[in-house]
Amino acid sequence: MTTLPAQDSVLPASQASPRRLARRATGADRVFEIGARTVGATVLVVTGGIGAFLAWQSVPTLQRYGWSFFTESAWQPEADVLGIGAVLVGTVSVAGVAMAFAFPLALLTALYISEYAPAGVKATLVSLVDLMAAVPSIIYGMWGYFLVMPHAAAFSLWLHQHLGWIPLFDVQADPDAAVWDQSRYIGSAFCAGIAVAMMVLPMSCAVMRQVFSQTPPGEKEAALALGATRWGMIRSVVLPFGRGGIIGGTMLGLGRALGETIAVLLIISPDFVIKPRILEVGTSSVSALIAGRFGDASAAQLSALLTAGFVLFLITLVVNTLAAMIVARSRSGAGTEA
Amino acid sequence: MTSTQVRRTDVNGARIPDRSGRTRTTYLPHLDPAAAPPVPRPGLGRPTAEERFTVVGAWVSAFALAWLLTQRILPLGGPAWLLVAWFGLGLLMSAVTTSMTGRRVDVVDRVVAGIVTSGALVVGAALVSTVVFVVYRGWEPLLHLNFFVDDMAGVGPRDPFDRGGIGHAILGSAIELGIAIAVTLPLGIGTAVFMTEVGGRFAVVVRTIVEAMTALPSIVAGLFVYTVLIVALGFPRSGFAAAMALSVMMLPIIARAADVVLRVVPGGLREASLALGASRWRTVWHVVLPTARPGLATALILGVARGIGETSPVLLTSGVATFFVTDPTDGVMNSLPLFIFKGARSPEPMDIERAFAAATVLLVLVLVLFVIARLVARPPRARAPRPARTPRAKRAPEES
Repeated sequence: MTTLPAQDSVLPASQASPRRLARRATGADRVFEIGARTVGATVLVVTGGIGAFLAWQSVPTLQRYGWSFFTESAWQPEADVLGIGAVLVGTVSVAGVAMAFAFPLALLTALYISEYAPAGVKATLVSLVDLMAAVPSIIYGMWGYFLVMPHAAAFSLWLHQHLGWIPLFDVQADPDAAVWDQSRYIGSAFCAGIAVAMMVLPMSCAVMRQVFSQTPPGEKEAALALGATRWGMIRSVVLPFGRGGIIGGTMLGLGRALGETIAVLLIISPDFVIKPRILEVGTSSVSALIAGRFGDASAAQLSALLTAGFVLFLITLVVNTLAAMIVARSRSGAGTEA
Repeated sequence: MTSTQVRRTDVNGARIPDRSGRTRTTYLPHLDPAAAPPVPRPGLGRPTAEERFTVVGAWVSAFALAWLLTQRILPLGGPAWLLVAWFGLGLLMSAVTTSMTGRRVDVVDRVVAGIVTSGALVVGAALVSTVVFVVYRGWEPLLHLNFFVDDMAGVGPRDPFDRGGIGHAILGSAIELGIAIAVTLPLGIGTAVFMTEVGGRFAVVVRTIVEAMTALPSIVAGLFVYTVLIVALGFPRSGFAAAMALSVMMLPIIARAADVVLRVVPGGLREASLALGASRWRTVWHVVLPTARPGLATALILGVARGIGETSPVLLTSGVATFFVTDPTDGVMNSLPLFIFKGARSPEPMDIERAFAAATVLLVLVLVLFVIARLVARPPRARAPRPARTPRAKRAPEES
């Protein structure tokens, strides 16, 4: 046995490609090599071209508006005032709410599947989580809009009444009105965040479960043999081993949450104000801005939208790269294809 | 184990000078076989009847108490408070009942088990509620066969459900996905073959870029195609543009997934093929790709499942038609996610109901694709046991 497939995943990505051959390829080999190289180059041009195109399109916008493009909250092309300050804050708050819901639930579900579930149903549960990840986002959007939003609004009111002194839970409405004004509590970042949480939850959960399932059984059995309870074993073996997977899976989910469009677009009522009040009606996100404004955009405005898209892409890229690095660097990253 | 060490430790409490001249005291633990273990070991087998009764009984009594408290005593009516109280009281009850027999660690263990199980149940309930809600709101149009084969041309939002359907949206989705697959499958797998089989410094660059582009939000992919194809090149909004947007989104996903699959093909298989004199192309075509076929199929199907439900790129590039369009280059074309999105935003209740029905269809399609992916990816089942061979029939063993 010279090669075990399990060893491949331990090698860093750069070593996974075959070693260089000293002999020059001839005949059919040469055709194959050139053909494969051409395909690779094509894909490189196509995918890299998108990034380059977005960057190139951003230059005039950034020259025109400068730093204020990131701080200005209004999006009024007719008045020549453009900025993504408000939408960036909105994007982050929607993703933040989503992660606040998704992270604990994903962690608990992953722990349940890997440690608590009876062996007979484990495979079914894993498939269910994968299936949940495959459900289109528009369906979660409809679920959030038609089913959850009224209840989320009622919960928002309760939060406002009891925790309204925290700026995060403040709403500019009277919390103790005889008939509460539901329209002040719907269409908020909070409501959108719940739907987005449903979308990112299975993704984070799948990564975490995969990492938990790679915990060396010897160490788990050692903990149990030393008298640990199941939770003691999880706390001392599974969670430390899976720390990289927990962080990486969460960040991968965050990357998805930042770029989510349709569910957010369906639920929020667009508003361009920088505010910390996540329970209040009206917010926006970069992707919802693009989806809402592309149709009537002039060339300059389109370039501004592309710049917003480029900024979103860069944020997602940084988050995803960090996640991949964390998963790969930690001990638990071995053999994980996150 | 040297003899000095043994001598040093075999006398209980003996003082033995070590190398530095100081004396150390070594105490041997007594082993008393009759004594109870200082730490009771938790049982690792299946729970005993008593343990099961403790858990179930705690939660049942917690439910009764929660119902009494919220619905009868405290002014906290409604199912939400009942569930919250049930959860809190259930943890409390488990803690109390466990502490009667166990120690603190046992109490913590039981409470954490309750929390973890509840968390998983919440997620399960959310998934079930999604599916049930979509089917419940959209079952009525599904009873009419015309819903699957007709288009919406000339059908008003208040027409009954026996008129109009989503045939055009299903067809549009199929055409757009067909084009997208025709573009992404050869390119994606070709790139993966390049990255794993040819390699070199250039392949590292390609892999880095492809992995980076999986982070591209789908709406930005749609905006890119909209800007380049529709605004700059003057192409009309059409199914072809939508297929291009889907391809841009799916290409990095499929290439990366195929790369992962090809990487775990054992190198020994490749080397064996090359050693037998096959060219590299034949090695790839006859050894590497067939070995990875289930994984590649899974990658493709999951990519398709992602593409079929993706709304934002289609929203920007295809436009909405209410009738059958078969030519992808000829003007606007509808697709399933777009139909759902437009219906969900409509103020007409029957439009919303149609959207839910279409969402049910989409959900079923994704489910079917998913099940196929599972079946394909399953490792080949162990062959039926062959009849035992007599030693005489020891011919060349066939490869398996």
